[in-house]
Amino acid sequence: MKYTGNIIKYGDNVDTDVIIPARYLNTSDHKELASHCMEDIDKTFVSRVQQGDIITAGQNFGCGSSREHAPIAIKASGISLVIAKSFARIFYRNAINIGLAIVECPEAAEGISEGDRVEADLDNGIIRDLTTGKEYKTEPFPDFVQKIIENGGLMQSIANGII
Amino acid sequence: MGMTMTQKILAAHAGLDKVQAGQLILADLDLVLGNDITSPVAIKEFGKLNKDSVFDRNKVTMVMDHFAPNKDIKAAEQCKMCRDFCNDKEITHFYDVGKMGIEHALLPEKGLVTAGNAVIGADSHTCTYGALGAFSTGVGSTDMACGMAIGKAWFKVPSAIKFELKGCLRPYVSGKDVILHIIGKIGVDGALYRSMEFTGEGLASLTMADRLCIANMAIEAGAKNGIFEVDDITLDYIKEHGAAEPVIYKADEDAEYDEVITIDLANIEPTVSFPHLPENAKTFDEIGDIKIDQVVIGSCTNGRLEDLVAAADIMRGHKCAENVRVIVIPATQQIYLDAMEMGLLKTFIECGAVVSTPTCGPCLGGYMGILAAGERAVTTTNRNFVGRMGHVESEVYLASPATAAASALTGKITSPWEVMSI
Repeated sequence: MKYTGNIIKYGDNVDTDVIIPARYLNTSDHKELASHCMEDIDKTFVSRVQQGDIITAGQNFGCGSSREHAPIAIKASGISLVIAKSFARIFYRNAINIGLAIVECPEAAEGISEGDRVEADLDNGIIRDLTTGKEYKTEPFPDFVQKIIENGGLMQSIANGII
Repeated sequence: MGMTMTQKILAAHAGLDKVQAGQLILADLDLVLGNDITSPVAIKEFGKLNKDSVFDRNKVTMVMDHFAPNKDIKAAEQCKMCRDFCNDKEITHFYDVGKMGIEHALLPEKGLVTAGNAVIGADSHTCTYGALGAFSTGVGSTDMACGMAIGKAWFKVPSAIKFELKGCLRPYVSGKDVILHIIGKIGVDGALYRSMEFTGEGLASLTMADRLCIANMAIEAGAKNGIFEVDDITLDYIKEHGAAEPVIYKADEDAEYDEVITIDLANIEPTVSFPHLPENAKTFDEIGDIKIDQVVIGSCTNGRLEDLVAAADIMRGHKCAENVRVIVIPATQQIYLDAMEMGLLKTFIECGAVVSTPTCGPCLGGYMGILAAGERAVTTTNRNFVGRMGHVESEVYLASPATAAASALTGKITSPWEVMSI
């Protein structure tokens, strides 16, 4: 899969409480969750995010609660891909299970700047910063995880008899 | 190469003789848990499969604890959705208001988890049951839906950090101080993707409440799970609570660990984690005068009877400081009842605290104790992220029940050693 978008950049340990504060967890409506995405860390996110934009972040992105509302809010807000130095493990599996594209690439997460235009070709493991011309290599997902992604998430994988 | 406790449980549940770190497996589950926030999303996902029933109605449990008793209309709708689903699918272990408690205090109390189990829960603190010698981990709602449908989950077999405990805790120091100390030492991603395996002669001095608290916060170090070696204390607890026959997995002598960390329990002091990460752990030699507005004693981390006893021992016969709101939340109905019969609730109320019905409420900024801008709370909960308990400009300081109780009396962050003159 290829993703192209502009970068919105965050630091280390972005937790699920700032991605979607618990005061909004009395709903599971995707649009409503997206309307509060990142509210407690970046009040401008909702107004400036464009369809296809890409988030880069530091270590341990998505740490804290298991709320699937966090990757749902990010995906529903229009973000196409999250590139981080590392992901908290529950966020990592939730993103795979719901079909939000994510990739661990410390070099890209470090080197790419806010506002840069980026093209990520995850099949071939290449992230290109179109603004600076720099290129970064990523590791492909393990086969099992790749299968879940190709089948459109975990539930569809069960429906398709993959799991 | 041998296997760790976690690896042995995962191998057994995947039908394999052996697994190694990094291997992807599909494991059978003994219990699948959800709450009133995460279950509605899982129920919607489950609905996509058009299945009439869950894989085993005795192995799925839902607990209405986060925003229950319903805090608003939307919360009421979410609980109703869970209630209707559990009725329709004839789920045995559905815990609604009146029967419910905070899930991670409730499930061990009800005997729903035993040593050797593999458990997933759509709640990050599901790692609590590692205290019983189970593999237990937090997942999302889609994993919960998958678990409800087929009784399986996919896992990457974790590598491990071994914590070799020795010595014995000093008075007014508890499991909470131990885990805050450990997270302060290794950081909030110090155990990322790995298991934290607790063993050593020091285990003998840790109560089940201490162990449940330590395992509960393994996630705050990024861990997949925390797990304790099973001993007589575990077995007595499992028997007392009527759980299924335990299966004991001991780590192989030649099990491989990424790291081995020795902790001398006698060196642990009352510890407080400062905003806005649990890794900002400090002892009282580094803590000055910090005025507080609220104290919360409760949560899946520290709402057990032993925690309430520890707090009441310090608060008995005293008054809460002026201008400090003190909220005590027994974690389950049984704990509430026991605390009442032991006179603990009287102690709290006479001291000037309020006592609430079981709920996660304030821990995640839901309700029952939200903070205004600029306010500070000392709490026995598990997270102190920005805005966790209310306004983004409020501050949460994580501490043990003894430290929270001492702070309630003085109105500033205070060591239990200071008020008890140790």
